[in-house]
Amino acid sequence: MKSATPNTRPDGERRKFLERAGAAAMLLSLAPGVRLVELVLARAEDQPVSAQMRWGLLVDATKCSEGCTDCVDACNDEHGLTGLGRPETDAQYIRKVGLRDKTTGKTHSLPVLCQHCETAPCVDVCPTGASFRRADGIVLVDKHICIGCRYCMMACPFKARSFIHEDLTDQVPESPRGKGTVEGCNFCVHRVDRDREPACVEACTEARHGALVFGDMGNANSALSQKLRELTNRQIRSDLGLNTGVRYHGI
Amino acid sequence: MRRRLAAVGLAFIMGAGWSISTPADIPLPAPPKAKGDRCVEPTDLMRRNHMEFLLHQRDETVHRGIRTKKHSLVECLTCHTQTDAAGHYIPINAPGQFCQDCHAYSGVKMDCFECHATKPRNSASVHSKSAAMSGTSPAHLSNLARVVGNRP
Repeated sequence: MKSATPNTRPDGERRKFLERAGAAAMLLSLAPGVRLVELVLARAEDQPVSAQMRWGLLVDATKCSEGCTDCVDACNDEHGLTGLGRPETDAQYIRKVGLRDKTTGKTHSLPVLCQHCETAPCVDVCPTGASFRRADGIVLVDKHICIGCRYCMMACPFKARSFIHEDLTDQVPESPRGKGTVEGCNFCVHRVDRDREPACVEACTEARHGALVFGDMGNANSALSQKLRELTNRQIRSDLGLNTGVRYHGI
Repeated sequence: MRRRLAAVGLAFIMGAGWSISTPADIPLPAPPKAKGDRCVEPTDLMRRNHMEFLLHQRDETVHRGIRTKKHSLVECLTCHTQTDAAGHYIPINAPGQFCQDCHAYSGVKMDCFECHATKPRNSASVHSKSAAMSGTSPAHLSNLARVVGNRP
């Protein structure tokens, strides 16, 4: 019995060592997606956004009901979008769109917003670099350098951007907006940077519709990635090959 | 006649010249006191360089998503906006308010507030927001797990 002890103890230690070595090897072997270690914790406040993430959104059109505007209302409230009663030019970041199959008569209702394309046409055409794609995939307008030429509005296949024609007052602190600049959905970047979901997603979830799932497409374990694997989904205008960050299920 | 008119004109111009105030006559700006005990930088440095801090911070925030509070314009507002008798915020660019008081004195136009908010949201929503952003509310924590995902 006594001789068994020295034999078992080194074995136990060797096993532990091997387990650790194996875990370390696993971390290293995942070279292309080495985000495992550094992104276990959310990004620190003073660290820049990382290209290892890609924010995305899945719209489940089967759960999106006609006439419901919870996401649109939440967006308008979050960004202080108050219309002037001029639908042609009033700002909209997200809008509800109705689709109808001409043959079967089947209808769908779904929200359309900036699709946060990987190869965004608005970024391509911007003459000043104001329209840009952040490292984590969010397409934004830097209004400080936007000259209001509206090329991006012409280039966008989704009519996702608006132009501010008139002087504004009473903007909200998190969403600066002013005359002469173009704007559009920014995935509520001020919330995302603080680990909160965009206002539309939060509203949809709180109202128990569950039609919007937001998350990191770059992380295979995120709720979004799991949902994207589970549900058949497509990009709108996929013929353009833009690799959009917004995907639709049920259309 | 023409000479007399010229003399009157000259006297008028000189009179106007004499009535122009000297720098000593113009009262120095006296901006309202901020809520905090001291600013994020020494006062002298802020007076000369606040625009540089804001410019640097704006690019860091918009392009790189860095939202540190130290040089954030929203934080300036939070500390420097005043409330009126009814408890409503007064816009920071209103006459006599913190930003406008000095800018009127130095004759420099501010462009910031053509787009940026001139006061915090209303008091109620400011409180709910700051609670959510401080990371203490359970809703915030559950959101974090859902958005970021549990990483392996």
